[in-house]
Amino acid sequence: MAKTRNDYENSWWPRFVRWLKNGSSALDDAMYGDLEEEAVLPDAPAGDAEKREAQWDERRRLLLRDEQDMYSQVHAWSRSKGAKLAQWFYRVTAVVICLGIIWMLLQTAAYLPPFGNPDNPANNEVSRRYIEQGMQETGAVNIVAGMILDYRAFDTLGESNVLFIAACSVLILLRISSEKHGGDAVAQLEAEADDRMYEPKNDLILQRIASFLVPLILLFGVYIIMNGHISPGGGFSGGAVMGAGLILYLNAFGFRKTERFFTFKTFKVVSLCALSFYAVSKAYSFFTGANHLSSFISPGTPGRLFSAGLIPYLNIAVGLVVCCTMYAFYTLFRKGDM
Amino acid sequence: MEILNIILLVFIIICAVSVSLTKSLLTSIVIFMSQSLAMSVIWIMLESPDLAITEAAVGAGITSLLLFVTLKKIHAIDLQKKEVPGHGEDQE
Repeated sequence: MAKTRNDYENSWWPRFVRWLKNGSSALDDAMYGDLEEEAVLPDAPAGDAEKREAQWDERRRLLLRDEQDMYSQVHAWSRSKGAKLAQWFYRVTAVVICLGIIWMLLQTAAYLPPFGNPDNPANNEVSRRYIEQGMQETGAVNIVAGMILDYRAFDTLGESNVLFIAACSVLILLRISSEKHGGDAVAQLEAEADDRMYEPKNDLILQRIASFLVPLILLFGVYIIMNGHISPGGGFSGGAVMGAGLILYLNAFGFRKTERFFTFKTFKVVSLCALSFYAVSKAYSFFTGANHLSSFISPGTPGRLFSAGLIPYLNIAVGLVVCCTMYAFYTLFRKGDM
Repeated sequence: MEILNIILLVFIIICAVSVSLTKSLLTSIVIFMSQSLAMSVIWIMLESPDLAITEAAVGAGITSLLLFVTLKKIHAIDLQKKEVPGHGEDQE
């Protein structure tokens, strides 16, 4: 009878009830059981001290073994079935969330006005003003450049600053500096050696192609920046093209060649000068209520290279910041330094 | 023109799905590059060449370069090289 009772106590339902009452799991039960047994132990026939000590040691060893067995049982569950269950749950949740997002986005797309419809809410008096009078007011043939560097120059300043801040955080995270703390010199040397291992050394094909392409790419970048107010393009795209050209040059010829004209100091000076030029040249608009953007430089003849007031110079500033930032990203990711 | 547009859009969707389904990280970056390139052609067809230049330079060029360098930094490219050719694709 006692055996049946015992079996019943160990079956899953009473264990579930106990778990509900006490909030303890099977592992805790086993450990409490051990504790109770342990409490009984001092009533054992009193021998001499050494014998009791040995008994206690034995007891402790057995307890430890039981505990380890219990842990391995629990972890075996989490390793085999638990891992499978978690993976299944993860996959199903991923699919459900993905389908939900797709459904939401498609619903949103269904509510969008048709493309190119003249009655769209985007075609309001603001865009009409930009299109009709943008060229007279800003002097830029490319209306987009007139918009982002004259009407909304403040936004573009923020965007350039975002790029600069991103470069700063990459610098903080990835730069291995040895200027002030002597201890990092080893890490820097290691990073350089690690980088040199993967560097294409004197790859003739790459070098020939780069010596032909890099000047063209850089020229194209300068063209995009300088003609930002006349033709499509502008500071950001031109700067990105120039940065890509610099990265190609670095890949073909290595750091030793690029360090002759582009170091960390160059990055600092160019970024600082370009950003502060932009900020200073546009700061007066904040004092005049941010809506009076006419400049002391006359708009000039629309279509000429040096026209449109400040826009070409702002384009150059933005382009320099973007170019330096892109190149800095690449070198920092690669070597941890410039 | 309409047909080219549809082809490019379908290509972009296929690329976007296969980027997430590819096991090899290197391959998925290359697919991402081609997706950016198709996107820049679509920008030209939508008559916004500004965006097309930026997409080609940043999306296809510099973003992928940074991802490549990151893969090298976390030694994901070396691991793929060192693996046995028989089951190279199964493990990342």
